[in-house]
Amino acid sequence: MQWEIVIGLEVHSQLATQSKIFSGAATAFGAEPNSQACGVDLGLPGVLPVLNREVVTMAVQFGTAIDAELGFRSVFARKNYFYPDLPKGYQISQFELPIVGRGDVDIELEDGTIKRVGVTRAHLEEDAGKSLHEDFQGCTGVDLNRAGTPLLEIVSEPDMRSAKEAVAYARKIHQIVQYLGICDGNMQEGSFRCDANVSVRPVGQAEFGTRAEIKNLNSFRFLEKAINYEVERQVDVIEGGGKVVQETRLYDADKDETRSMRSKEEANDYRYFPDPDLLPVEFDQAFVDEVTKDLPEMPDAKRQRLIEQYGLKVAEAVTLISSRALADYYEAAAESAGDAKLAANWVLGDLSGAMNKNNIAISAVPVSPAMLGGMIQRIIDNTISGKIAKQVFEAMWLGEGDADAIIEAKGLKQITDTGAIEKIVDEVIAANPSQAEQFRAGKEKMLGFFVGQVMKQSKGKANPQQVNALLRSKLS
Amino acid sequence: MSLERSDVEKIAHLARIAIDEDKVESYAADLSKILGLVAQMDAVDTEGVVPMAHPLHMSQRLRADKVTESDNREKFQRIAPQTEAGLYLVPKVIE
Repeated sequence: MQWEIVIGLEVHSQLATQSKIFSGAATAFGAEPNSQACGVDLGLPGVLPVLNREVVTMAVQFGTAIDAELGFRSVFARKNYFYPDLPKGYQISQFELPIVGRGDVDIELEDGTIKRVGVTRAHLEEDAGKSLHEDFQGCTGVDLNRAGTPLLEIVSEPDMRSAKEAVAYARKIHQIVQYLGICDGNMQEGSFRCDANVSVRPVGQAEFGTRAEIKNLNSFRFLEKAINYEVERQVDVIEGGGKVVQETRLYDADKDETRSMRSKEEANDYRYFPDPDLLPVEFDQAFVDEVTKDLPEMPDAKRQRLIEQYGLKVAEAVTLISSRALADYYEAAAESAGDAKLAANWVLGDLSGAMNKNNIAISAVPVSPAMLGGMIQRIIDNTISGKIAKQVFEAMWLGEGDADAIIEAKGLKQITDTGAIEKIVDEVIAANPSQAEQFRAGKEKMLGFFVGQVMKQSKGKANPQQVNALLRSKLS
Repeated sequence: MSLERSDVEKIAHLARIAIDEDKVESYAADLSKILGLVAQMDAVDTEGVVPMAHPLHMSQRLRADKVTESDNREKFQRIAPQTEAGLYLVPKVIE
């Protein structure tokens, strides 16, 4: 039987605020356990939550970016369940009236077609603390620093039909929140987490199959692998005559499998009700206009502009806009170089290569866009060849100065003096009479040998076009 | 609508409330009466009435995104039954 895969994602995006959603405690990552957990976060008696203005701003910015309906009046609700890292016994979330309603994002599929994925809603909520299950006197240790950290939970429609589509959607949301600057997107630190709702149904069947929710997906790679595993598992269950149970499953990256966490049926009984400690959140169009007037250019628009403004290929633009910082770097380098195409080649080539090799982000790259642009100018004005430029780039990366200083200090200036090149060409031809004979006899390939020898003698500094022309005239 | 014994037991479990076995029937009866009252109210025509989220006719006040709390871990942990290495210790939770 042919099966169709149906996937919906819930993305928890940690909002990049200084303080928590309902308290004035700090949100910095990696602090001493419980040093950033105040009375509100601990759920002590006599405290009241007060909403952080910035989270409302950020949610409205996100909603605007995905062209969603905004909840001009939204309500916080209590989601009740018991777990030690949730001291109050409920999580403050939004249920019936979320701050962001129905919106859309476009994802690009592998064949280049664009698919529209619906966003059902996005709501504000507080994060829970962290339970540490290592042995502490036979107990579980609880760190409540993360409790009360603001999250925007972005819920998609069940619109994705493959693990690849789910990854493309998750990456797109990741890109949008980072472009907006409302989330740092750090998946290792848990700032951006995905849960996937996965089900299968026979192709052509209208109603959905029973879904399982997979948690603990902290990388795009795991998201893809977990979905693929889960699809196979569900198909096996059904084809073996069984039934898929609605449940929460945990992805185990080490074993590359999902396993049952708890039956969702009971855990799902959260008994939501409006939180009496918080009033409805209301804002007007003037507030929306104010917080969205300086929104940055979003990925889709930037991509289109890079293609039109700089004449880039789609693939080049797609890679450059993968992060706002990389796109900004590119534009600054292109401007400084005066050649958008060459700048793209260098940013996507040697620069990206060095970043990967040294495992550093664009923000930490030691070569500024102006330095790269300055070096490209020296290629354009024939001071150095593209090959020598690689040496110059490496030296800039190692902090040896800008291109001009390095070219000067290392004597890398290209030799364009015809007399000087001619002298080397003559020497090389004289030293290799049999190869010269072969070339004259029609072995065209030999030219490469001579170019190589001349470049070697000149330490790579002879202008390649001049070398070629001189060799041809001298050898004929 | 009337509640069964099993409903009461489930609600008690979800709320982590210990109830006496011999009181389950009376709880079920009492809770059913409350639901009966709700059913009566449900019959009222509420077309066009916006559901009330809060009895006060006000909207939520917002605070600036500023860190105003300092580290009071020591004070808070003085009233905790068990702590270690800055962590609150609780009975082992196994998932």
